[in-house]
Amino acid sequence: MFSFKAMEKTTKIFDAKPDMLDKVIAFAEEEMSKIDVPLKDQMKINVSLEELFVNVAHYAYPDGVGTAEITITTEDRKITIEIKDSGIPFNPLLAADPDISLSAEDRGIGGLGILMVKKTMDEFTYRYENSFNINTISKLF
Amino acid sequence: MNILRNREDGKFTVALEGRLDTTTAPEFEKVVAGELGGVTDFVIDFEKLEYVSSAGLRVLLMAQKSMNKQGTMVIRNVNDDIMEVFEMTGFSGVLTIEEN
Repeated sequence: MFSFKAMEKTTKIFDAKPDMLDKVIAFAEEEMSKIDVPLKDQMKINVSLEELFVNVAHYAYPDGVGTAEITITTEDRKITIEIKDSGIPFNPLLAADPDISLSAEDRGIGGLGILMVKKTMDEFTYRYENSFNINTISKLF
Repeated sequence: MNILRNREDGKFTVALEGRLDTTTAPEFEKVVAGELGGVTDFVIDFEKLEYVSSAGLRVLLMAQKSMNKQGTMVIRNVNDDIMEVFEMTGFSGVLTIEEN
């Protein structure tokens, strides 16, 4: 037998504040539970979503609070997450990767989150459209 | 996240349970910033830790820098997923990770 799950798409809007992270992750876990994403992949998706959401929460709205609109699409063996904000334009893919060969004393922490997203997701794209930053990640499992 | 502590003279063992992420890293940072006085042997047990994000890596780096000045730091019971994170970020070359 061959089974195929239809595509499902859900969007939620969150205040772009770091303390909303638990709610953001709970949303992703709820969506992932619908398609039985393996635990190993769920953790990678959680971490990637955290890095992108927290980036928006920390930097997108220097003058106050804005929102992050998160859309999760689940289909057969694939999950896609889009994070959309109307903050200052920022393309995370243009930042240089950090030097990961440095000693503890010489290392900074900047850029590690984005590096983890790049290395763990199957797709990671950025576009700026109608005054929105749109970061999209997807993972096949 | 839960943080379980066991202090015996200069040896301080901390077991982290749950997720070391943006929400919970500040709790662990308090331990690193405030409880390492007189510690020469710092052991962090990851047996019940699910995952680490960059916010957690930041605190681990801070702990490693402190312990480099006063003793040793070892992380034990690291699961495969977290080991992958340490490897992809180069932290496996900075931290001392006990073989399982």
